Amino acid sequence: MSGFSVTEPSNRQKWIAAVLVILYALITIAPLLWIIATGFKSPEDAIAYPPKVLFEPSLEGYVNLFTTRTRITEGMQQTLPPPATWYQQIARDSGTMIAGPSRYGQRFLNSVVIGFGSTFLSIFFGTLAAYAFSRFRVPIKDDLLFFILSTRMMPPIAVAIPIFLMFRQLGLNDTQLGMILLYTAVNLSLAVWLLKGFIDEIPLEYEEAALIDGYTRFQAFYKVVLPQAATGIASTAIFCLIFAWNEYAFAVLLTSGTAQTAPPFIPTIIGVGGQDWPAVAAGATLFLIPVMIFTILLRKHLLRGITFGAVRK
Amino acid sequence: MAQIIIKNLRKDFGDFTAVKSSSFTIEDGEFFMLLGPSGCGKTTTLRMIAGLELPTSGEIYIDGEEVSQKRASHRDIAFVFQMFALYPHLNVRQNISYPLKSQGMSRAGIKAKVAEVAGILGIEDILNKPVGGLSGGDRQRIALGRAIVRDPKAFLMDEPLGALDAEFRERMAEELRALHDRMNATTVYVTHDQLEAMQMGDKIVVMNHGSVEQFGVPQEIYDWPASMFVATFIGSPSMNFLRFNGAVAKGDEAVMLDGNSISIPTLLEGCNGDIALGIRPEHVSFGESSPYRGEVIASEYLGTTRIVTLNTPNGPLKARTSSALNVTAGEIVGLQFNPDTITLFNEKTGAALLSVQNKGVLSDG
Repeated sequence: MSGFSVTEPSNRQKWIAAVLVILYALITIAPLLWIIATGFKSPEDAIAYPPKVLFEPSLEGYVNLFTTRTRITEGMQQTLPPPATWYQQIARDSGTMIAGPSRYGQRFLNSVVIGFGSTFLSIFFGTLAAYAFSRFRVPIKDDLLFFILSTRMMPPIAVAIPIFLMFRQLGLNDTQLGMILLYTAVNLSLAVWLLKGFIDEIPLEYEEAALIDGYTRFQAFYKVVLPQAATGIASTAIFCLIFAWNEYAFAVLLTSGTAQTAPPFIPTIIGVGGQDWPAVAAGATLFLIPVMIFTILLRKHLLRGITFGAVRK
Repeated sequence: MAQIIIKNLRKDFGDFTAVKSSSFTIEDGEFFMLLGPSGCGKTTTLRMIAGLELPTSGEIYIDGEEVSQKRASHRDIAFVFQMFALYPHLNVRQNISYPLKSQGMSRAGIKAKVAEVAGILGIEDILNKPVGGLSGGDRQRIALGRAIVRDPKAFLMDEPLGALDAEFRERMAEELRALHDRMNATTVYVTHDQLEAMQMGDKIVVMNHGSVEQFGVPQEIYDWPASMFVATFIGSPSMNFLRFNGAVAKGDEAVMLDGNSISIPTLLEGCNGDIALGIRPEHVSFGESSPYRGEVIASEYLGTTRIVTLNTPNGPLKARTSSALNVTAGEIVGLQFNPDTITLFNEKTGAALLSVQNKGVLSDG
């Protein structure tokens, strides 16, 4: 084929692009694959040098993640009844006995409650505020919007100490409610700004048509505006959830017991019975799953969301 | 259906006055045009009638009830938007039935009503399609369907043909007018297209800079404009103005243009200073005997007629003549004006001077 096209890249360009994309994908996905693989290694394989790429898979990391164990001696091995379940068998094989469940499940649940709770609140208040900023004549609107944005101009952790003191006064330390409120406060500015952009793009006429068709302002909002803002709401929700889900610094500072989330908990596994890397990796792997599912479910919206408004229809 | 009365309606946006004290009456069943250039306040007026803007002052009566401060949803009117504003997440049937749902009509009732409206508009075959991929004409019909489905007191339309291409506009204009005649519904229609207004309207309000310039039936407005603005805005090419400085008095039957006496309708008021003699191009004819002369500059052949542009001692002039007439640029011709069609304007205020011919139209407007 001769000639040249403005829109169609040449075969060589396509090849170069493909190689670059694959290379980039491999580089970014390698640590993730490494973590997932480590979760299925035995402790010996996990710290083997040179690192083992091929290994015999083991569920020891996952068993260790969800249980607390006590070390048992050879002699005790003889006196104990044979293990009743497959996970007891795994623990026995590594010379330990399961003493009870670990706190990982509960920490994980904290993460779910706090992450999704704060995402819901951020989106709820963010949508209402964004709608008001977009549609109504709000006094000193620009100043308010700038103020809302300015809360993101420093790293949130810069206010850690005041927040710590404030939370102690209010009795919010180490509570799920406290963490939900904190993450909502941090995410809300982002939510308001993103959602205002999306709502600005929805023509006013749709609501006016609904008003004339006999609906109230609020009905027009949730029957006409919300369905059309779904794309923006979904992508904003993903951003909020990812922040709240992965947040580490505040979680370390403000939670230690009942409300502790998974991120500060996972590193503490290292200390239990030596450096249990497979258990840490297993904890990290499981921790990835909810946010991954959430993102995959909303992925269609996310892609449309971040390119939204780039091209006028 | 209902009569709509607008009284001293005014709307300010901060320091800017969009509508200054407008008053007019829309009779029951009338097809009423709000005509004017962009930014003249016609859309704001319509939105105030609809309840999408609240007036700063003034009154709006729909069917005898004062509604100026009522919610749009309580006025029982239908609005057709320029960009149609069909709900994109609903299909055609759901769009049309949306206003009925808010009234709490039964499912069976909605179904029957939507089928009836779809029949009127000829859109039965697309009822279950999403509105996204439809043509402009179909969207327009759906928007109309959503308006007529609930038998409102009045239809308000904001340049509903503005988003359609020229070919379709013509057809939709005819359909709209036919639909109106069939339903006999009070309709207020905003447009900036004077041809559309003349073609479809029973009555026209011409607005400019937020004020009503003139209000009446199309022919009266065309023949006897109340102001130089209306004379220019309506008609294509627009009315000619031959400008002179002088004085006219009540009872005058002629004016002097470049030393020639031109007959005019008997004046009922006088004026002193800059005056414009307004005459429509079709009322200018050529006659060798006429002492008032002009030089032909250009001649445009338009099929049925010919537009001849001339230079006169009182400024440029366009004449609409038979296309058979042959004139060439540079020719000097004598000009005759049909005296019963002339309007004099006070150039300073732009207002027409009352004469025996236009007093019937202007004194009650």
